[in-house]
Amino acid sequence: MSGDAGLDYGGFYARWYKPRLSRFWWLRRRSYLLFVIRELTSVFVAWSVVYLFLMIRAVSQGDREYQQFLEFSRTPWMLALNVVTLCLVVFHTITWFSVAPQAMVVQLRGRRVPGRLILLAHYAAWVVLTALVAFVVLV
Amino acid sequence: MADLIVLHVTRYRPEDESRPTTQEYEIPLRKDWSVLDGLNHVKDHLDGTLSYRWSCRMGICGSCGMTIDGEPKLACATFLADCAPGPVRIEPLNNFPVVRDLVVEIHDFMDKLSAVKPWIIRDDEKSPAEGEYLQTPAELEQYKQFSMCINCMLCYSACPVYGLDSDFLGPAAIALAQRYNLDSRDQGGHERLNVLSTEEGVWDCTFVGECTRACPKHVDPAGAIQRYKVTAATESMKAVLMPWGKR
Repeated sequence: MSGDAGLDYGGFYARWYKPRLSRFWWLRRRSYLLFVIRELTSVFVAWSVVYLFLMIRAVSQGDREYQQFLEFSRTPWMLALNVVTLCLVVFHTITWFSVAPQAMVVQLRGRRVPGRLILLAHYAAWVVLTALVAFVVLV
Repeated sequence: MADLIVLHVTRYRPEDESRPTTQEYEIPLRKDWSVLDGLNHVKDHLDGTLSYRWSCRMGICGSCGMTIDGEPKLACATFLADCAPGPVRIEPLNNFPVVRDLVVEIHDFMDKLSAVKPWIIRDDEKSPAEGEYLQTPAELEQYKQFSMCINCMLCYSACPVYGLDSDFLGPAAIALAQRYNLDSRDQGGHERLNVLSTEEGVWDCTFVGECTRACPKHVDPAGAIQRYKVTAATESMKAVLMPWGKR
């Protein structure tokens, strides 16, 4: 947006000092760094989805393919990638959960539900869904 | 407690220099002095050429926003005693062009503010004889928090998205748009939608959350933006599913 309408600074525009944001702005504060890490975790979230699809495909194609998939998952670099992915996906989940109460305004009987309850509901849903998936896979 | 404190103040005198420099001032450290009182002491007794904005001295006018020890703060609400033993680093607000010393150029923000139409818009205006538009305390509560904004621009200074892309509408403008969108007397939500639901509007925000931490009036602009994202998404879904519907 331009802000020039009706302004006359007598040619002083050229003299404004316009600082440029450093390429390493995200190292300036801890909160910026955590934010950038949180954004980067989305790449690993995407990988975990791809990995899940690969697993489902292997399972659907029969026992031999599934055994091959397990072999593939057992290789050291895949293990390393998946351990890193797990850590970053957990980081992603926790950091997103912690900002959820700010984004969600839930009214109950004319009152705003406190943020802590919303956070708790997220963790509860996480536990329930994990238990459900574990039940389906293990039992 | 030592009775003196040193201020490292950023100076920029465009007629003499092409880059800002830092000037040191030693001033009395008094328990009840804010950084603004310290700057006023400099202006009155040490160096009358120092430029900065201020007005109310009590966190209402939003004029004295600056970067104090690296944080966007109101100079009137930051006490020198809390910065002791110093030196206290005083710089202009980040992310804005500097006109002189601690004075930044604010027209970009002013344009954005008026773009969101921060006033009550009515489709059907009542005549004064018909009386006021009444509102319950619960309806007031819906937007009251966002109405606390004093346009101090600390949130713009804290926002790395605005720093990287100055086309971003920014935290305060969106929070103020929400202040009117959530007002039961307002009917202008659809007019603001065109400004808010754009890439430079709410969708540029990546929820860093620094605007909310910087806000001296606890407005929570980050919360306002995320809430509007839900509204914007719902509206665009409605427009796709019910193109004949009234927007």
